[in-house]
Formats: sequence, C-alpha cells, structure tokens
Amino acid sequence: MIKIQGLTKAYPVKGGGTFTAIEGIDLTVHDGDIFGIIGMSGAGKSTLVRCINLLEQPTQGSIQIDGIEVTAARGKDLLALRRKIGMVFQKFNLLMQRTILDNVALPLEIAGVDRAARETRAKELLELVGLGDQGSKYPAQLSGGQQQRVSIARALANHPSLILCDEPTSALDSLTTNSILKLLRDINRQLGVTIIIITHEISVVEKICNRVAVIDSSVIVEQGDVADIMAHPQEEITKKLLGEVSWDA
Amino acid sequence: MLEALSAFFAQYGDLLWQETIDTLIMVTVTTVFAYVLGLPLGVLLNITRPDGIWPHKGFNSVVGWITNLGRSLPFLILMILLLDFTKLLVGTKIGVLGAIPPLIISATPFVARMVETSLAEVDSGVQEAAQSMGATVPQIVFKVLLPEAMPSLMLGGSISMVTILAYTAIAGVIGAGGLGDLAIRYGYNRKVASMMWASVIILVIMVQIIQSVFSLLSRKIDKRIRL
Repeated sequence: MIKIQGLTKAYPVKGGGTFTAIEGIDLTVHDGDIFGIIGMSGAGKSTLVRCINLLEQPTQGSIQIDGIEVTAARGKDLLALRRKIGMVFQKFNLLMQRTILDNVALPLEIAGVDRAARETRAKELLELVGLGDQGSKYPAQLSGGQQQRVSIARALANHPSLILCDEPTSALDSLTTNSILKLLRDINRQLGVTIIIITHEISVVEKICNRVAVIDSSVIVEQGDVADIMAHPQEEITKKLLGEVSWDA
Repeated sequence: MLEALSAFFAQYGDLLWQETIDTLIMVTVTTVFAYVLGLPLGVLLNITRPDGIWPHKGFNSVVGWITNLGRSLPFLILMILLLDFTKLLVGTKIGVLGAIPPLIISATPFVARMVETSLAEVDSGVQEAAQSMGATVPQIVFKVLLPEAMPSLMLGGSISMVTILAYTAIAGVIGAGGLGDLAIRYGYNRKVASMMWASVIILVIMVQIIQSVFSLLSRKIDKRIRL
C-alpha cells in the first residue's frame, strides 16, 4: 500500500519566489490497484509521480510504501528503493545504442545481476510483452508501440511491486494505445503488480483503472472508484475531462 | 613535368617523409593525452551542470572558468608562455618533444568542451530512466552517457584531431618540427615554393583522411540509423 499525505513540491523561481507544482496531496493506493491520476497539462501530475521514486524531492509531506517512509531515503537506500519501482515514460526513453535485449537487461545490470541471469530474465520478459523474437534489434528498428512494450518489459526486470507510468500512451495512436493498455492490465492481473498511471485522457482511466484521482492546479479535487467518479463527477474539472460540455456557459 | 617531380623528391623526399612522420607523432601523442585528460574533464563539466546528474554549481563554474582560460589564449602565445615550463618538463623547448606539452595543454580544454557538447546531446529522458532504475552516477556515465554519445564523440574526435593538426603547424613557427616547420623554413624563409605546396598538400590529405575515417566510424557504430 502506498500512502501519501500532505505532499507538497515547490520550486524556487528565478528572481525570487516559488512555484508550487503540487500542494497538500493525500492519496492512498492499494496493492493490486491500477490507479489513474488524471489532469490537464501543467496540473502537477508528473511532479506527483516523480516524487514517489524521489526523482523529485518533495518539499513537504510523507510517502509511505508498505508502511515505510521513503521521502527520507538517501544514498544506498534511495537506490535500493528505486530498483524496486519500475517506471514507464511517454517517450519510452530507451537507449538507442543498445539492443532491445540489453535495454531490458539494463536495470539488472545496474543492480549487479550476472550476465547469464539477466539475459534469461530479459528473454523471458520480451516473451511476456510479445517481442520474443526482436531481442537483437535496436530501438530505432521498432515501432512506437513496440518500443513502449520494451520499456514495460524493462520496468518489470527487477520484479517490482509497483510500476509508475507517466503518460505511457500519449505518444501512440489509438489502436496501439489499446494494445499497450491491455498489456498493462494483463501484467497487473498476472503478476499482481500495482500500477500508477498518469494521463490526460479519460479513456485511459475508463479502460484500465479501478481507482482515480483528479488533479487540478496542484491539488487533488476528487478521488475514488472509477465507476463512481464517472457516474457522479462532483467537480467542474472532472466533468470537463469527461467531455461534458455545457454549450450555454 | 615528371622529371621536375622526380628531381624534387630526390632532393626533398626524405625530408618531407621525416617531417610528415614528425607531424603524425605530434598529432597522435597529443590527441591521446588530450583525451586522457579532456574526456574525464568533459564528463565532469557535463554531469555537474545544474541540470546534470550530479549537480555541483561551484565546481562546475571553477572548472568551466579554467577551461575557458585555456581556450582563450591563442596557441602561439600559450606556447611561448610555456617555454620554461616545457623545458623543465621534457628537457627541451624545441623539436617534436618540445612541442608536445603546450599542444596537450592547449588541446585538453578544447577536447573537454567537445566531449561536454557531445554528452549534452544525450536525451535527458534516458538519463532520467537510468536514475529511476537506481543507477549510481558512475553507472549512468559508463552505461548510458558515454555509450549513447559515442557516435557524436567520434565526430568530435575528428574535429579535435584536425584542430591539433593545425596547432602542430603553428608550432612550426618556433621550431617544433613537422610539416608546418618545413613550410616556414623552406617555403617562407628560403622561398622554395614547391616545398610550401608539398607541405600544404600533405596537410590537406591528412585532414581528409582523418575526417573520412572518423565519419565512417561514427556512422558505422550509430544504431539510430534504420537498417
């Protein structure tokens, strides 16, 4: 379980003052959830997810993963924490000079796993994401959807219990989006991995999430079960994201 | 025409050959040492930037400032400035040996900036991905930054080498040996125009070879190109 309380991240701005990206965020993500965080561009959702593996150091507040406070992790503890959380990015962020297999094996290489073991694991993961025969290719030889599959395989390499997805389908067409979302759902079901997924598209939430938080102007305006929120959106921004347009306004 | 050529080579062939070898020695030795020193310096300049993977503002400013200092002095001035230091270091101020210390000192900051620029081209998202995997700073440098930047580092290598070649020609002014020295002593001082042309032609050929070899290597190793 991930419990976030009062999480705030403020950046110093050139010429004095601060910019608050997220403020007083309270969130609970249960094990096995596919938790959507939805909001418009600049709402702070990317900052929020980057705080969870401390790519961003929060200014205030607490993040507990399975009861352990992580915001204070430094040095070796921080690296160990990150090795247990997979991450998937909008632009895939694969190493262009490495083969697909070596890309998937990179987290294991970093964790100090020996070559034979990491190759076995990487091959197994490529099978899982449906790219078993592409291991010797390079990222530039694959389509966007295939590259995202590679990056999902990579995120799974270290047997994480949590995967953070930052707009994983925003660079993909709608057909490819569906196949990537299906893959994430399958992984969630088969491996029991908790997934936190950042998106600006309500359809992504609709298709795979069981719980959702709506973030607007740095704060969470509502959260709950996807079915409830979709059926009874309380906030204006949620209605907007749901595509309810009031033409009279 | 042919007779004139064979007469020219009979008279100057050995000398041209010797000075070509000297130039090659100066360029090679300088390039190797400039990269031994400049590559780590360039890596440090890149990773200690405010948006780098190991931000250290003060360190970055100081090293950056020293690098700029080294680059702001024209090579000829630097060489003269360093004469006594060179003598102390290698026991002579002239010849190939005397030219190498100032060449290295001048080329190192140049190489450092070339390396820094190549590393800056590596997508910051890829570095962030490595960070998210729990990679240490050295792991990111050796597993991500340097391998991802390799094609660009190769092209930078050719630019550095051609620049160093140009420096060796300047070093000829104070008797460093090599083709630049030849062009000045024979071509300019003794007005043997054919010697000037011969030196220039060999220098041009060298530049072409360096450029082609490194460009080919860079293209060959770059996996971003679809096959």
